[in-house]
Amino acid sequence: MRVVVRGGEVVGPDGPARADVGVEDGRIVIVGPDLEAPGDARVVDASGCWVGPGLVDLHTHLREPGHEEAETIESGARAAARGGYSAVVAMPNTEPALDTAAMVAFVQARGRDARVEVAVAGAITQGRRGELLAPMAEMAALGVRLFTDDGRGVQDPLVLRRAMEYARGLGVRVAEHCEDDRLAADGVMHEGALSGRLGLVGRPALAEELMVARDVELVRLTGCALHVMHLSSARALAIVTAARAEGLPVTCEVTPHHLTLDETAVEGYDPLFKVYPPLRPRADVEALTAGLAGGAIDAVATDHAPHAPETKDRTFDEAPPGMLGLEHAAALTLEALGGGDEAAAAFFALLSRRPARIAGLDRADARSGLGAHGGALVAGEDANLVVFDPRRHWRASRDELASRARNTPYHGRALTGRARALLVAGRVVLDGEELT
Amino acid sequence: MSVESIRGRSLLGLEDLSREAVLEVLDTAETFVEVHSREVKKVPALRGRVVASLFYEESTRTRLSFETAAKRLSADVLSLAVASSSVKKGESLRDTIATIDALGIDAVVMRHAASGAAQAVSRYVPHVRVINAGDGLHQHPTQGLLDAFTLRQVLAERAGLDGPASGSSLFEGLNVLIVGDIRHSRVARSDVAVYTTLGATVRLAAPGTLLPPGVESWPVEVVGDLDEALGLADVVCLLRLQRERGSGTFVPGLAEFTRTHGLTIERYARLKSTAFVMHPGPMIRGVEIDSAVADAPNALVERQVANGVPVRMAVLYLTVAGLGREAV
Repeated sequence: MRVVVRGGEVVGPDGPARADVGVEDGRIVIVGPDLEAPGDARVVDASGCWVGPGLVDLHTHLREPGHEEAETIESGARAAARGGYSAVVAMPNTEPALDTAAMVAFVQARGRDARVEVAVAGAITQGRRGELLAPMAEMAALGVRLFTDDGRGVQDPLVLRRAMEYARGLGVRVAEHCEDDRLAADGVMHEGALSGRLGLVGRPALAEELMVARDVELVRLTGCALHVMHLSSARALAIVTAARAEGLPVTCEVTPHHLTLDETAVEGYDPLFKVYPPLRPRADVEALTAGLAGGAIDAVATDHAPHAPETKDRTFDEAPPGMLGLEHAAALTLEALGGGDEAAAAFFALLSRRPARIAGLDRADARSGLGAHGGALVAGEDANLVVFDPRRHWRASRDELASRARNTPYHGRALTGRARALLVAGRVVLDGEELT
Repeated sequence: MSVESIRGRSLLGLEDLSREAVLEVLDTAETFVEVHSREVKKVPALRGRVVASLFYEESTRTRLSFETAAKRLSADVLSLAVASSSVKKGESLRDTIATIDALGIDAVVMRHAASGAAQAVSRYVPHVRVINAGDGLHQHPTQGLLDAFTLRQVLAERAGLDGPASGSSLFEGLNVLIVGDIRHSRVARSDVAVYTTLGATVRLAAPGTLLPPGVESWPVEVVGDLDEALGLADVVCLLRLQRERGSGTFVPGLAEFTRTHGLTIERYARLKSTAFVMHPGPMIRGVEIDSAVADAPNALVERQVANGVPVRMAVLYLTVAGLGREAV
């Protein structure tokens, strides 16, 4: 055995049990109590920690190619590793967009040198312009399982219908940033009494809800699997919940920021809190929090959106939307779940097992070269696992980030829970909270 | 949390000001009115102080009024012509402010198309007094203050009272009706704040598309029947359609807006004989206000402009001189 993860609570799908984990040649070879470590084995201390499947982020903006001043695949992967993620799904809204096999292959190649596994989401349409379908079959042949024009949704219902019919034939999933551009217009925050008072143009929740409703009806028509990204409104969650009750193949994610911040955060006009969909009123936050515990929400995904400092130094109207997520998401999710050991199974379901299934990362794929993530922590699985200390108290700081960017809205916030160690394909990439 | 005095502080909006803070500005402005009638229209109150004027949006009356006010207080005025400055080369607001700050300024008077821009500047240079001269759709506090000042002045004259001695009593029970493009108006937001703080009842009339989101949470009544509301009003404040902010697409056309919400001769006839008509300017005659109404004796438009100077003198004096008791 090359690595022994010792002394933790192994969190299987049904909850934690005290066990050690032995890893060799990239795989879990044994899970059991009090494993002997051979002399040459590396011992990872997991005492007081949960040992679970490495986290999987469905929604990461790595910015490469095009905006390497904000993040690179390498720096984003380091941020992911510090956050406890063994795999991230890279969004295609780079410059140029990831809308061809060549672009996908570029990111995959860079990803192989990164600390965590990088899956690629391909664009639905060429240049993400929402007009002509991108060569989805060619990208799928490289192992792309998720397609999205994220940054914006596909506005034209005919184009999305064609995309869904095409995607269904390929057995891949369509993921949507649900906001109607016309209704969201020039809005920069949630539309309501607060936007009226602050004199900021609002993006109504309706812009999200109408698009979720439209997309659900297109799922009914086409049978294509749909993933609703960064769902933020109570009404949108109700629409998704109703669709699932009918058996439609619809999943959804929420972000840590929509669970832990509300619209009042923008009162000081600080662009760090500008994000699309916008931060919502408290009632929406509470509905999402309830959905998290109740199982209505499949996954927590970061929408990690690095921006160079000078771009966030503009006025609220002018600054680009988006905030960092990878390094604080796990603690914030634990906070939204109420913390404690009883949250362990839900924590790994929301941050690893279900997102891995949605991204098609629950099985190894020779085409992409990616291993299996979100496993049950049993012998034979690829060794993608995290050692997470759910009682670790720390403070978020913009000065202690692995990301190249600094646009976290959580600077100074007290957090509980932190990744202590991480194994990716059997390799220890984080130990003692430090990158190795 | 309400601000009891603007002395030594920035003035970013009127929502947080207490009645006392507003009255202090109005009363201070009264003392500066007299300066205007002097042969030498200058007092030494801000001698040696530097006030920067930074207008990212075009403006005639506000900029001239502020710069005149600063000069009458003997302040040195640094006026940045944004259109021909490094801003046009892509310099950020933060860097522009840092550059001006490096020259040594006490206050910056700032107008910007983005709501919250004045707040941003007050974060960048916390030691400088920031006076918001209009930020996007958010606030235009000196306009609100000069509107209240003008109204108290004419009400006091009519009642034969001394303005400062009357305090806020002339606003008690006063019916203020604000008509027009409320949604895109920073003046409306400042006016609502100052009038309600002083004890007036404020009503709003606008096409449904030009009411701000969440107006039901404002301390106002939204009226459906403009003609009926006109009959109740002691003062009518008109606002232009802000077509540069896209309001042209919020109504079917200017002619229809005039028909539904313009202060036409016919509507003017519904006003009480004692009512006043106000407009913060610029007026679009023939759209929100008939030309004859704009020139009527009870229209206070020019008086509003004239009062801009003493009110802005008061704001500069209080915010910059702060707690010091410099000679006036």
